[in-house]
Amino acid sequence: MTALVVRNLHKRYGQHVAVDDVSFTVEEGEIFGIIGPNGAGKTTTVESIAGLRTPDSGSISVLGFDPIKDKAEVRERLGVQLQESSFPDAIKVYEALELYSSFYRNPADWRELMELLGLAEKRNTRYKALSGGQKQRLSIALALVGRPKIAILDELTTGLDPQARRDTWSLIERVRDTGVTILLVTHFMDEAERLSDRIAVIAGGRVAAVDTPEGLISQSSAAQQVRFRVSRPLDKRVLSELPEVSSVEIIDDRWRVTGSGQLLSSVAGALARAQVVAEDLRIDQRNLDDAFVAFTGRAPESSAHTEKKDA
Amino acid sequence: MSALAKMVKVESKLFLRDSATVLFGVLFPTALLLVLGMIPALRESTPETGSLRSIDVWAPTALVFGMVMIAVQHIPVVIATYRERGILRRLSTTPVHPRNVLLAQMIVAFASVLVSSALMIFLAWAVLDIAPPERPFEFVVAVIAGYAALLGVGLISAAVVRTSSAANQIGTLLFVALMFFGGAFLPRVVMPDVLREIGEFIPPGLQALTAAWSVEAGELTATAGGQPFWPQIAIMAGIAVVTSAIAAKLFRWE
Repeated sequence: MTALVVRNLHKRYGQHVAVDDVSFTVEEGEIFGIIGPNGAGKTTTVESIAGLRTPDSGSISVLGFDPIKDKAEVRERLGVQLQESSFPDAIKVYEALELYSSFYRNPADWRELMELLGLAEKRNTRYKALSGGQKQRLSIALALVGRPKIAILDELTTGLDPQARRDTWSLIERVRDTGVTILLVTHFMDEAERLSDRIAVIAGGRVAAVDTPEGLISQSSAAQQVRFRVSRPLDKRVLSELPEVSSVEIIDDRWRVTGSGQLLSSVAGALARAQVVAEDLRIDQRNLDDAFVAFTGRAPESSAHTEKKDA
Repeated sequence: MSALAKMVKVESKLFLRDSATVLFGVLFPTALLLVLGMIPALRESTPETGSLRSIDVWAPTALVFGMVMIAVQHIPVVIATYRERGILRRLSTTPVHPRNVLLAQMIVAFASVLVSSALMIFLAWAVLDIAPPERPFEFVVAVIAGYAALLGVGLISAAVVRTSSAANQIGTLLFVALMFFGGAFLPRVVMPDVLREIGEFIPPGLQALTAAWSVEAGELTATAGGQPFWPQIAIMAGIAVVTSAIAAKLFRWE
């Protein structure tokens, strides 16, 4: 079943077009990533889904409900962890969880959630005294306390140390395993690649591509290179005639094959058919960063600073 | 427990953890009155105060101090902080309407004023021998109407300011202006008539509070051209309605 449908979303602030034309569909139970350069319209898109912005045109359906017209229904079913939002300094962890759980008709057991997110030891700690990772986990817990069908997680791991990021990732996977559909907005390519079932690349207020991480990488048709040595002489045409291969260079016994798409598997297949063993096989691995550059024409934001709002 | 009840509970705890506000908003008015009450000159009657001591006539000003502090300084700063830090925005994504935050703030603020007033009236009576309000019903009405009017003014500030520091600055200006008519700088009993008459339109309505506390003090601080008690209450109620409506109209969640 379809969890979320965004169709021809358009939103401008005065003269500035924040979202030009964005459409995508998220299936129930998937982790759907949204990546794109700063100011591409990611945040405005998720804010529109959350009902915080009224689109100028286009439609959004959250489990069949409109975020503006059916505000109450959407808010019951959608959990949100937003950028640029926080909690009062003096509120204690358990108070925030208990308070937020009182907002929903059928809330999760906040004590269980507190355990699940590893916050039980911090139950009496004030928000201000929590570490960045703990604050983030609390924010995730509060996004889940209403037993949402869909959770929006915007810049989930910004400002976290590497260990806390990895912990957060496995947490998100566990949440998905409980049946929650997750919309993940991020500017970290490793995060999007690791977690997402599918990814939408948004650039200039439009969707440049939607695919699985692997699909995006091969779709971006960035050139790849496979290097190896062969155990015995081999006809160059065995590889150069493969559709994925664009060039083959041989220097002594070192082969360098350039191509795109599923290059490695087709080269490996051809070598196997020719009964040749490749030694010192090295692949110049393309990753989502390369796909990002190919689709957006810009390098992914590598610094950890928080993306500013599109407004 | 309903969301509002839970919110009042949490906001009360947050209020009590904010020691500066508890100190200045709740305890300071009483302390101020007690300290001033120790000054021998204020324990004597003057030509303006007739048979009453200066401190007897002045006491309601200490009450106004606490009310103004909470309504125009504390609440707008809390709400501006909630706005600035995205707390309101976060709440607006939940099924609970952020209106509940305002309501909870008002309830907590009102409770704090009741506690502050009760404490002050009790200690004023026990330590300084200032008689408790002579017209308790009118006094409670004057406190509620006056406080609602003050809160309305505070909420207009809270509705529009984007940052807590801006809320602080506006709060300080309002505090000085309101406390001037509240008799903190120039006791009402020595104010010229024109200031006294303007003062009847300035929340929380010192004249009505004074008259309900002590009939005799009320007569001393009234003016020939001034309004009687109930029209003064009506003025405060009117200010409360108009300012709250303006605040609701102007309110921004982010």
